Amino acid sequence: MLGRLVAAALLGHRARTILAVAGVAVSAALLLDMVMLSTGMSVSFRSLLLARGFQLRVAPKGTLPFDTEATIADATATIAALRESPDIDAVSPVLGGNIHVPGANGTATSAVALGLDPRYQGDYEILAGRDPGEGEIVANDALLAAIGRGVGDTLTIAGGYDPQLRRFAGVRRVTIAGRARFLYLSRGQRAAAMPTASLQALGGASRRDRASLMMIRARPGADVETVRAWIARRLPRVTAISTETALAQVEERLSYFRQLAFILGSVSLVVGVLLVGTLVTVSVNERIGEFAVLRAIGVAKRTITAQIMIEGATLMLVGSLLGLLLGLVTARYLNAILSSFPGLPQAIDFFLFQPRSAWTALGLLAIAGVLAGAWPAWRGASLPVARTLREEAA
Amino acid sequence: MSEPLLRLEHVERRYHMGGEDVRAVRGVSLSIDAGEHLAIVGPSGCGKSTLLNLLGAIDRPDAGRVLLDGRDVSALSDREATELRLRRIGFVFQRFHLLAALSARENVELPMSEAGLGKRERAERARELLSYVGLAGRERHRPPQLSGGEQQRVAIARALANRPALVLADEPTGELDARTGAEVAALFQRLNDDGTTLVIVTHDEELAAAAKRVVHMRDGLVVRDERGVAPAAAARGR
Ligand SMILES: Nc1ncnc2c1ncn2[C@@H]1O[C@H](COP(=O)(O)OP(=O)(O)OP(=O)(O)O)[C@@H](O)[C@H]1O
Ligand SMILES: [Mg+2]
Repeated sequence: MLGRLVAAALLGHRARTILAVAGVAVSAALLLDMVMLSTGMSVSFRSLLLARGFQLRVAPKGTLPFDTEATIADATATIAALRESPDIDAVSPVLGGNIHVPGANGTATSAVALGLDPRYQGDYEILAGRDPGEGEIVANDALLAAIGRGVGDTLTIAGGYDPQLRRFAGVRRVTIAGRARFLYLSRGQRAAAMPTASLQALGGASRRDRASLMMIRARPGADVETVRAWIARRLPRVTAISTETALAQVEERLSYFRQLAFILGSVSLVVGVLLVGTLVTVSVNERIGEFAVLRAIGVAKRTITAQIMIEGATLMLVGSLLGLLLGLVTARYLNAILSSFPGLPQAIDFFLFQPRSAWTALGLLAIAGVLAGAWPAWRGASLPVARTLREEAA
Repeated sequence: MSEPLLRLEHVERRYHMGGEDVRAVRGVSLSIDAGEHLAIVGPSGCGKSTLLNLLGAIDRPDAGRVLLDGRDVSALSDREATELRLRRIGFVFQRFHLLAALSARENVELPMSEAGLGKRERAERARELLSYVGLAGRERHRPPQLSGGEQQRVAIARALANRPALVLADEPTGELDARTGAEVAALFQRLNDDGTTLVIVTHDEELAAAAKRVVHMRDGLVVRDERGVAPAAAARGR
């Protein structure tokens, strides 16, 4: 019977109900997006940095990984020193540089080049083909499109290029072994990767035995902080930074987004509460006479309170479910816009959907629905029966 | 002597209106036995509706006591008073006051649902009651699809839903024309013949004449209490 009364009240004013549900849907969508935004970036940064299980990054003293052009000299000796630690499972040196692909009339297509150990690397994901061996490279879609080549093709690359003289240095022929997605580069950035030795060979003397960065994986069970301290003592010319520290730094920069998300999310929640609260209040005011009659014939306050609260909660629930869908769609759209932001790694999601976000948003909305209905419900249930009957229902 | 169904002892009800005290009921004492058919009559504003609300535990007296089955109604908590109205009293209003969104049957089922009756049981009883008031076959109609007389019959069926000891009606024919009014009056007569105690506030002489006892009010006081068959007989003889 309660269900019938709620349905009658909501369906009796169809247009009003639809407007309320639509309004709640929009505010729920915004809330979900904001919950997704507040956690999405740090979660996806974390999973990006830990993608291949490297918990430490070693960079030249006083720099952040890839923050500068600085490189670690004596890479071989450094790697050997690092491997002395029983707690270190793998060391993956990465050398950053550029390569140039000669085009027609002495022009060149340039790309970021990473020299690494394909067995341990954590920089790219193979999409087609395989990891590069000696004399081979993997390239991303942006580079392949720019030079019009594909997996299996052979091409000439150069480690140096003088645009004035249109002269290439360190020229060599390589085969494209695979197509890859580079996690730390932005979408449009052209990039290739090859074994470290190949890239060093291209660069001549300046690149010999150097690395921009070394990624380190600790043995399972080893304490990452202990390993970091060990490296700091053993190799004073480098800085080791743990993923946790890097994340803390990222988090700090992201706090701006989180605050924004918190404020916008709160606003959307308040808007939802006000919207449902207003509509339920209007609807209760219209039916004051009806409630007085119900109370007079013996309907309990409890029943009337429940009826009104269920009305509010139903508006909130239906609106929220629609809002969840709407939120997912808008999040994808916004994510696409923000992901192509220059200079940001392609693998970063601003709006990351996690079931927890949805539950958080739904939970907040459920509380909001109850809150929105509470005041009108109290009013509807506690009216003075005799006087209201006389004034409203006479 | 056995306890009357309803007893009023020096009942008073005052209203404050703009600094002025309106004494709507000024000390009414009255006993109503089970099975009685009583009409309350009197000029407009003399306190009939106020008194009826006090009888029905919708309102509370400022002084005096209202006893139903010997229990002091004015001492009940809101929850107890609500429960009492639900199970022991049926109400019929001048303007029917049915829920427009519900069907006739659902309107009758509502108090039974509130009293915790099962779905099947209340559907069956609602059907019986609607047929008792002459509305068999109209169960699925909603109030706006029914005439005034028919709506008042649904309201009477609703008042009977939980087998109340007492049915209170405030101007039940006030919105109806003479013919439908007479039909509703006949229905009330049948109700009383079948054992329901009736208290009806009315201006309708015919309805009052059908009662076995007529209480006359003036200025918040009972001025005359006519018992006997004379008025009813006169009405039926016509
Ligand atoms: N809630 C209230 N506030 C102020 N005055 C009230 C209130 N209820 C009733 N009164 C006053 O109490 C008096 C009695 O009112 P009541 O409604 O009981 O009269 P009545 O006999 O039913 O009249 P009618 O035949 O017109 O329905 C009137 O003077 C009325 O104005
Ligand atoms: Mg009245």
